[in-house]
Amino acid sequence: MFEAIAFYLFAILTISMFSIAVLTSQALYALTALAAGMIFISAFFFILGADFLGAVQIIVYTGAVLALYAFGMMFFDTTRDVVEKRTSPMLVFGMGGMAALLIVLIFAAPIVSDNITALYPVQEGVGNAQAVGMVLFTKYLVPFEVAAVMLLVAMIGGIILAGKKMDTSLTLLDEDKSPLSVETNEKAAS
Amino acid sequence: MEIGLSHYLVLSTILFAIGLIGVMRRKNLLLLFFATEILLNSVNVAFAAISHYHGDLTGQMFAFFVIAIAASEVAVGLGLLIVWYKRTGKIDLDMMTTMRG
Repeated sequence: MFEAIAFYLFAILTISMFSIAVLTSQALYALTALAAGMIFISAFFFILGADFLGAVQIIVYTGAVLALYAFGMMFFDTTRDVVEKRTSPMLVFGMGGMAALLIVLIFAAPIVSDNITALYPVQEGVGNAQAVGMVLFTKYLVPFEVAAVMLLVAMIGGIILAGKKMDTSLTLLDEDKSPLSVETNEKAAS
Repeated sequence: MEIGLSHYLVLSTILFAIGLIGVMRRKNLLLLFFATEILLNSVNVAFAAISHYHGDLTGQMFAFFVIAIAASEVAVGLGLLIVWYKRTGKIDLDMMTTMRG
């Protein structure tokens, strides 16, 4: 009973928050609505008994990813309203619905045909974080290390891309010093 | 009333559709990134639900790796976006019609 109430409450909250994030024309509203939606998503993980995943969701998404977006937004001009594409809403909703239906079929096909067997069943008397650790550091050790290397590469790439020549503005450099695009050259000429 | 697996899958589908609408609607690249985060999160919900209802931890493992990939995608994507903004002063998708650096 409480599970049903919690599910429907958080479903409505998540859907409304993500709708605001997608449909609003203010970048700051979109960011805050997205952060709220991420926290509400973690509630589903707690309901489903995946405690560790819920904690990781809160820490990584709202702690790291959204903070990174907030820092990134300081570089951009987010005060002006966002211009939207001129596509017909019928096309957008039709294609979105069809693609979502396809996702459901992809998920539902193995469930309906009962082809799913539990590879690593949940053990009794072990907490979720402990069970996750046991599976992650035995069966999924190599993907875990590869993910660690990938995160390192992404961190170094982000630092190099964003932090390069942070003290000088790229648009104010001389033409022969930096490989600039046509728009910048026009701006420099004007 | 019992909440089953289909409830979670329907919810995941609705969230995925919202994310897709955002991807098709947005022209600002930063808000396009927001929409991709919604897509990844909706799939995570489906993974966790299937993992719970089948008594298997594999779904949660995949959700972890999806979160790791999302984090690195944000780092690299924001770096590229900052470089692009420094060069052109805009982060609209329509400016990227040419591949010239």
